[in-house]
Amino acid sequence: MSVSHNDAFVAFDRVQKSYDGVSLVVKDLNLDIAKGEFLTMLGPSGSGKTTCLMMLAGFETATNGEIRLDGTNINAVPPHKRGIGMVFQNYALFPHMTVGENLAFPLEVRGMGKSDRDAKVQRALDMVQMGAFANRRPAQLSGGQQQRIALARALVFDPKLVLMDEPLGALDKQLREHMQFEIKHLHESLGITVVYVTHDQGEALTMSDRIAVFNDGRIQQLAPPADLYERPDNSFVAGFIGENNKLPGTLEQLSGDKALVRLATGEVIDATAVNVTQKGQATLVSIRPERVEFKPEMMPPGAHMIGADVLEVIYMGDILRARLRVAGSDDFVMKMRNTQGQTRLSPGQQIKVGWHPQDARALDPV
Amino acid sequence: MADISASDAGLLKTSDGRPLKSALATAQQRSKRRAFLLVLPLLAFVIITFIVPIGQLMHQAIYNDGFSANMPRTTAWFAETPPGTVPDDAAWEALALDLKDAAAARSVGVVGTRVNYEMSGTRSLFTSTARRADDFAPPYRDALLAANEKWDDPNLWGTMRQVSDAYSANFFLAALDMTRDVNGDIVAMPEDRQIYVNLFVKTFLLAALITFTCFVLGFPIAHLLATLPMKWSNLLMILVLLPFWTSLLVRTTSWMVLLQQQGVVNNTLVAAGVIGDESRLQMIYNQTGTIIAMTHILLPFMILPLYSVMRPIPPSYVRAARSLGATSWTAFRRVYLPQTLPGVGAGSLLVFILAVGYYITPALVGGASGQLISNLIAFHMQDSLNWSLASALAALLLGAVLVLYWIYDRLVGIDNLKLG
Repeated sequence: MSVSHNDAFVAFDRVQKSYDGVSLVVKDLNLDIAKGEFLTMLGPSGSGKTTCLMMLAGFETATNGEIRLDGTNINAVPPHKRGIGMVFQNYALFPHMTVGENLAFPLEVRGMGKSDRDAKVQRALDMVQMGAFANRRPAQLSGGQQQRIALARALVFDPKLVLMDEPLGALDKQLREHMQFEIKHLHESLGITVVYVTHDQGEALTMSDRIAVFNDGRIQQLAPPADLYERPDNSFVAGFIGENNKLPGTLEQLSGDKALVRLATGEVIDATAVNVTQKGQATLVSIRPERVEFKPEMMPPGAHMIGADVLEVIYMGDILRARLRVAGSDDFVMKMRNTQGQTRLSPGQQIKVGWHPQDARALDPV
Repeated sequence: MADISASDAGLLKTSDGRPLKSALATAQQRSKRRAFLLVLPLLAFVIITFIVPIGQLMHQAIYNDGFSANMPRTTAWFAETPPGTVPDDAAWEALALDLKDAAAARSVGVVGTRVNYEMSGTRSLFTSTARRADDFAPPYRDALLAANEKWDDPNLWGTMRQVSDAYSANFFLAALDMTRDVNGDIVAMPEDRQIYVNLFVKTFLLAALITFTCFVLGFPIAHLLATLPMKWSNLLMILVLLPFWTSLLVRTTSWMVLLQQQGVVNNTLVAAGVIGDESRLQMIYNQTGTIIAMTHILLPFMILPLYSVMRPIPPSYVRAARSLGATSWTAFRRVYLPQTLPGVGAGSLLVFILAVGYYITPALVGGASGQLISNLIAFHMQDSLNWSLASALAALLLGAVLVLYWIYDRLVGIDNLKLG
């Protein structure tokens, strides 16, 4: 879902942000978000993602560059005139108001009459299955319920754009997964545009149309979840999203994007060149643990295989997780599905592992 | 364990068959005793130096035996006869003999003072008569009237009958600008002698004004303290606390230096041409001085509770309100301010109660018009030595503060109070 520059609903155009005038927190951000898109900003803390969200909401000003909403520059528009709904990390439900008053607040400051207000509040509460809670105080609700109310409050005034700043961070795992689907469904049924900030990659992969991976004030990769996971552009993205085996080496042979990499210990492996260009260049090959194979019949003909010692096998229920010694490194992980006829490895066993060349990506060394 | 009923406690037993309740009491006895011993010194200190003296003072407000202890015969006669009885020979004899004894014991001044509280100008009557008491011989009525014919005044006898009872509400009446007439009915003081009620009202109004100025000045400071980065807020906090570490007298006298007619502020204004040299402002030794100095001194008591309430309010509340479409003023009024109310309540209550009883600052910078009720209490304690009236005034002040505290509890709720 790429967006052409002109019909972008939200556009960051060469945006830079500095807090102290010495260093840049956001370095040259260019990002176009389409109408109706669910875009996630994913990154470690301090990567600039929350700052971007705050600039979009109007709580921080861009030091340089332009932020456009629906084609208009909103750099100088105060937050209350942007008409953007926002869900905060700690929900920010007003503790001295009831749930109903919380939801009525945005309608009230817009001068809406009482009967219209009540109808809209009730509709928003029903939308998040909290219809019976209008007279409760936020403190009387559980975390998940507060989360729903915060969501309803951000949606009750029909904003076209909703920002969410790690909204599920305070919930336990089960509730978080449940809310992920609920937010996703709301997004689909209401057709709103959502910009979602999180540091939880699982959340980002589950919910997003596209994910922007932030690090060090820059977008490292902007891609749909599957691309991001399967075809990371660089070592940071490969390491940040999901579990990854990393094998350092040098480029031995390169033809098109097919590459042979010689590891430090001398073995040669297959890989797909991503951001390496010349023979002899240092590289870091990244392979997902679930794409590692140890049965020769599963490999394409002519694929290289290298020797591995099984160090330990952990039973995890749905999968078996084996830690191997490969090319001198002790933390090479292989995941096997726990199927009926699965070969059970045991520590001390010597095997050979390999992979399809497209699953091993030769990236820039870190 | 107190809520376990006797029958339940009877049912529950320890494994060796003792009732659970007594087993628990035995087990906890030692630690309870130790805890009690730890607080005992403070408890004793508070009781000896605080509760007992205050209780005595309160007692003094309704009890004064200046007459009854020194005039036993007269007191006995008053007790035997109904009010309004015309003094008979027995009464005159009792009075003359009591005066003779009191003169010998040098306690006649105390008696005269006590009567004088109720009826002015009578102290000298007692002392001058007592000087001739040795010569008194029957018939005593004639002897006393020869000493001073005021003794025939029925009002004087009515007053003596009132004060012959050591327990009396008259000091409270006096503290409320009221008195008793000859018949013992409660009437208002003559208008030129009504001072206490007005002073009470003035004290409460001034305290309210000082509380309000403290709030207006303190709120932005507390907000700054709560929102500035740690480095700056610590510095600001030291500036707020600095007055706490400075002697009250130093702070008050520095206001004298600043505000007096030849002081810094006036000199600056004259030099700047804002006011003429002959029309220097009178900013101290009056009500203005009291308000300025007390606002400054009590400001930290407003700032600290406000700060402790504001500190944990995350900025996301106001941001949420803004993102929902509220202007910054609406967000402040509807979202931020209501959440600071416990601090506003605590700070206001603290400042108000301290201001109502403040003594040193108004005494030093208040002049004549800036005196508060506590200065009058001090006057009656130290100068007029009418401790009973001072106690009655103090009791009224304490009562008024407790009533305010109760009202606050009903309106805001004490559990909403946050002092730090």
